[in-house]
Amino acid sequence: MERVLGLLSSTLSRALWSSGLSEQGAARQPRIMEEKALEVYDLIRTIRDPEKPNTLEELEVVTESCVEVQEINEEDYLVIIRFTPTVPHCSLATLIGLCLRVKLQRCLPFKHKLEIYISEGTHSTEEDINKQINDKERVAAAMENPNLREIVEQCVLEPD
Amino acid sequence: MKDSLVLVSRVPAHPDSRCWFLAWNPAGTLLASCGGDRRIRIWGTEGDSWICKSVISEGHQRTVRKVAWSPCGNYLASASFDATTCIWKKTQDDFECVTTLEGHENEVKSVAWAPSGNLLATCSRDKSVWVWEVDEEDEYECVSVLNSHTQDVKHVVWHPSQELLASASYDDTVKLYREEEDDWVCCATLEGHESTVWSLAFDPSGQRLASCSDDRTVRIWRQYLPGNEQGVACSGSDPSWKCICTLSGFHSRTIYDVAWCQLTGALATACGDDAIRVFEEDPSSDPQQPTFSLAAHSRQAHSQDVNCVAWNPKEPGLLASCSDDGEVAFWKYQRPEGL
Repeated sequence: MERVLGLLSSTLSRALWSSGLSEQGAARQPRIMEEKALEVYDLIRTIRDPEKPNTLEELEVVTESCVEVQEINEEDYLVIIRFTPTVPHCSLATLIGLCLRVKLQRCLPFKHKLEIYISEGTHSTEEDINKQINDKERVAAAMENPNLREIVEQCVLEPD
Repeated sequence: MKDSLVLVSRVPAHPDSRCWFLAWNPAGTLLASCGGDRRIRIWGTEGDSWICKSVISEGHQRTVRKVAWSPCGNYLASASFDATTCIWKKTQDDFECVTTLEGHENEVKSVAWAPSGNLLATCSRDKSVWVWEVDEEDEYECVSVLNSHTQDVKHVVWHPSQELLASASYDDTVKLYREEEDDWVCCATLEGHESTVWSLAFDPSGQRLASCSDDRTVRIWRQYLPGNEQGVACSGSDPSWKCICTLSGFHSRTIYDVAWCQLTGALATACGDDAIRVFEEDPSSDPQQPTFSLAAHSRQAHSQDVNCVAWNPKEPGLLASCSDDGEVAFWKYQRPEGL
């Protein structure tokens, strides 16, 4: 319901803007960021949890508000995701981070840089996990491990 | 500043993959590239163009992370995520695998030849640095396993003239090693970076070391020998290393590589913001507290992260770069006037 309203309001503001009734410039930026954030969220909400038969959205591991998009320059965006793991299990949190990265790397159509963090205060070793999931060399090597790769592929598979 | 770094050529070196690293041969005539497609490609000029002269497609089961030429130019070493390091001998038209070095527990992140050509160093996510000795019969023997780092070791580099080895790590430090009575020991630990140190480069004299990091800074360290004029304290007979300069505020994302031109002293960086930057030391600055100025900045050098920059060892100003976008680019750098 919230999402429908969100889309409705962005359509409305776009209509207002193009009809000249809304402020350009300053008002345009947040709307674009919101749209981009929604695009990101649409891709990550269907990712399945590695352990449970639920999506990250169903388990509230990710929410709409956990995605932030900033403009770096024309056509290039910084995407920041803060996710909340369901259990304070180190390897699971790292695995979720990996799934988020792989899904967006493959499917996000606009040019972006990605930062993924565990939301503050939800894990004892969050600094360690954050460092690992943002180290692209570690991520690349992990994805060459066939067992890990298989798990990630299963989690990011698009629902039929 | 815009004209001081000019694009000469761009090649799709590792299509549909990322290009991780580049190495010029000592003669400066060939460039080796390696990447996520598990291949090594050798590039050379044909007239005005850069073309692929050889491809090494067998040898590694996973990403090839780095390559390094031997000082004589006849051998190429390759470090891979498959936990091995291959040594290739250059024949007329091809490369032949001479041996495969095994032993690391997981991904090998870097390989480097000592200037003498008799020693090789490798490092890995298993936190260790290995030193290998090679004899006249192409036999390789591991002579030391160094476990000084507490995390993944990202890069190793040898001093240009001494048998001194430096390593950079995910543990945010740089370590130096030398041989002491038939064994290799860690003789210094450089602390200061606030995150992973990705790469290292010695200056032409070997007196200074540049390091680059995920903390978005480049640090310059200087070696002080015991009894030095500046009064920098040393413990015993080991030299001390002090950070004499920090370049901060120039890079907006992780700096993956730094390269110090052995011909001109110019310092180039490869950054996760898709840009290449070149710094020059201010000629009037104090050698103990040098200052560097940004001499060139190519904002969108590549369409994705730049992973490596490499100065040609014979042609001043010729710089090669590679990126996550799979491309290798060649640049001509000219020091701007008035700098």
